Amino acid sequence: MRSNGILRIVARFLIPLIMLFALYVQFHGEYSPGGGFQAGVIFASAWILFVLIYGLEAGLAVIPERTMFVLSACGALLYAFIGLLGVALGGRFLDFSVLLDDPQSAQQAGIILVELGVGITVATVVMLIFTMFVKRRAELDRDDHREGLD
Amino acid sequence: MTVLEWLPFSVLVPLIAAPVCALLPGRVLPWSLALLAVAASAVITAFVLPAAMDEPLRYSFGNWPPPIGIEYRVDSVNALLALLIAWMGVIILPWARLSVNREVPERQGPFYALFLLALAGLMGIVLTGDAFNVFVFLEISSLSTYALIAHGRKRAALLSSFRYLIMGTLGATFYLIGVGLLYIMTGTLNMADLAERVPEVAETNAIRAAFAFIVIGLGLKLALFPLHRWLPGAYTNAPSAVTVFLAATATKVAVYVLLRMVFTVFGLEFALTMPYQTVFFTLGIIGILFASISAIDQPNLKRMLAYSSVAQIGYIALAISLVSVEGLAAGLVHIFNHALMKGALFMAAGAIIYRIGTDRMSDIAGLARSMPWTMLAFVLAGLSMIGVPLTAGFISKWALIQAAILQGNWLAVVVVLVGSLLAVLYIGRVAEAAYLKPAPERAEPVREAPLGLLLPMYVLIAANFWFGIDTRLTLDVATHGAEILVGGAP
Amino acid sequence: MDLLGHYNYYVVVVLMMIGFYAVIARGNMAKKIMGLNLFQTSAFILFISAGKILGGATPILRDGVEVYSNPLPHVLILTAIVVGVATTAVGLALAVRINEAYGSIEDDLLTEVEDADEDDEGTA
Repeated sequence: MRSNGILRIVARFLIPLIMLFALYVQFHGEYSPGGGFQAGVIFASAWILFVLIYGLEAGLAVIPERTMFVLSACGALLYAFIGLLGVALGGRFLDFSVLLDDPQSAQQAGIILVELGVGITVATVVMLIFTMFVKRRAELDRDDHREGLD
Repeated sequence: MTVLEWLPFSVLVPLIAAPVCALLPGRVLPWSLALLAVAASAVITAFVLPAAMDEPLRYSFGNWPPPIGIEYRVDSVNALLALLIAWMGVIILPWARLSVNREVPERQGPFYALFLLALAGLMGIVLTGDAFNVFVFLEISSLSTYALIAHGRKRAALLSSFRYLIMGTLGATFYLIGVGLLYIMTGTLNMADLAERVPEVAETNAIRAAFAFIVIGLGLKLALFPLHRWLPGAYTNAPSAVTVFLAATATKVAVYVLLRMVFTVFGLEFALTMPYQTVFFTLGIIGILFASISAIDQPNLKRMLAYSSVAQIGYIALAISLVSVEGLAAGLVHIFNHALMKGALFMAAGAIIYRIGTDRMSDIAGLARSMPWTMLAFVLAGLSMIGVPLTAGFISKWALIQAAILQGNWLAVVVVLVGSLLAVLYIGRVAEAAYLKPAPERAEPVREAPLGLLLPMYVLIAANFWFGIDTRLTLDVATHGAEILVGGAP
Repeated sequence: MDLLGHYNYYVVVVLMMIGFYAVIARGNMAKKIMGLNLFQTSAFILFISAGKILGGATPILRDGVEVYSNPLPHVLILTAIVVGVATTAVGLALAVRINEAYGSIEDDLLTEVEDADEDDEGTA
């Protein structure tokens, strides 16, 4: 697929759009359909499209595997941190109304931050799952190739 | 902060520690963090149990009142289970360090992260008062369990893990379908709300179907005979530390969910209109006999103990089929006591694997001479498994027999006695091999298991004898819990 | 009328049975996972179709709309879908590793190999 000019150009055009759409879904999730999980999957799909066209090495040059792993944990921790902030400020776990003075904007801020954590985790985990499978395949292919040469 | 405000942290601390644990390098750091997190959770449960005895503790997440938000609702039944899970974690983790170093030498950060997730999932299932939330936590703990089992040394671990994944997911989805039907009929997922609204629509096929789906789904999860086929493989091939933890807690939590759904949500009256009693009584009895007999001629120790676990599930099923306060109390006590004895037995098996690298029966011959303390622990825990007086096992069997006699159910009494005799056979077979048979020639002499493995083992042995004499924690709390369950209102 | 009114449940039941059959009857592990996915999907549809209210609008608060569909099942099922994705990923990962360890993902074949492994252990 790497040599196909049409695919490369269309992908070059599509990938930023998909990412932008992911961000839209991510940050409008608090009062319209959307949210972290959907946005994360859409964002990861942009990266997966990139890998399909340009290869895994180019994809991992953008974001190394270790970074994905760390980010996926950090996203979950961001969620937990916001939840605990509610407890620290005298409310219940995941109680956002105590975060700001105005309860409504506090709810909004809380949801956006929590969903950001979800989005980061989901995007990186989906990318990780994809990477793991592709790497196995690549290793098998390499082994087969070697056997073929012998 | 009050006990109530600390309550959710018994789930949250291990849950939040898990991602941190996954990032930690080396062996000591992840293990230390896991132990700290589980210990914190255990301390909280120790305060929750007395607080939950009189009045259920209710904690709503995000300050959203139920039924909109998810609520933790803790009475003496779940407080007892939470106490058991967290404290078993505290006892198992120190034991696990050496065993895991041997059996899972690499990438221990993610391994302990999975362990924490499994534990947090089980705690969540037990504490939550929301039927859908149970499903979510069920899957959190199950998925991490599949991954943990796949860490086993032999390639058969992968197959066992896959088979467990298929059966476990089917079970969880059955449960989900049942909850879906309940939601369609009542419009709520909160267990307390469900308990109020189910009687209004109880005379419909949808509710009956929901009952059937939930009972079968949980039957798969708790390895009720004949849905137990995944269990022996999973327990045999998992790393020893994982086996100890699973045998002590995982299936028991499914029993708890079953009790909660059948007695609290559907209610005793409804359950009696369904063939609940017949099914659990029959399957319990067949399960005890079949699994005990299968256990006798297993080629290796862990598989034998796994079949014994299936038999113990049979006792619990038999106990809860009696639908009386005494019966349910016997079931709850056996959940607790079985964790103590089976934990100790699997720890002894793990210590043997640690030293000689295998748990085949032929290699155990004469082992009592080189590993006297390990084999003594095995025999002592085995006595508890058989139900010798002054051990925890005696208390639960005695409670079960009493409950059966009260109902004039002599078949149950006979089966419990026969099951105990069969336990004498399968435990005795190991003891005979270890004490009486000559040891095979070995290249180098086998040494006693290190202190790090022996100490937690003997803590559990001590607990077996302690709860065989002092039944205030177990029998009294369980009776209180059984009254709540039979009484209906949570 | 009543029969046609329940058509969403027919879809659910048909999907459920196809999925269940595939899980039980197929020996190939990849097909088992596909069956499992179908089975889970049927449960998702059961929930989601229950959330639709006739004449109800999408559940976004706005002027001039009084009847909204129930958004809760969607949220629940989103969670269940996440669980399904995770289950599929774990299942496929196991299948890949089983293929590497045994050279096959056919259950019948694997059972034979497994039994042979155990016999080796017992006699060795």
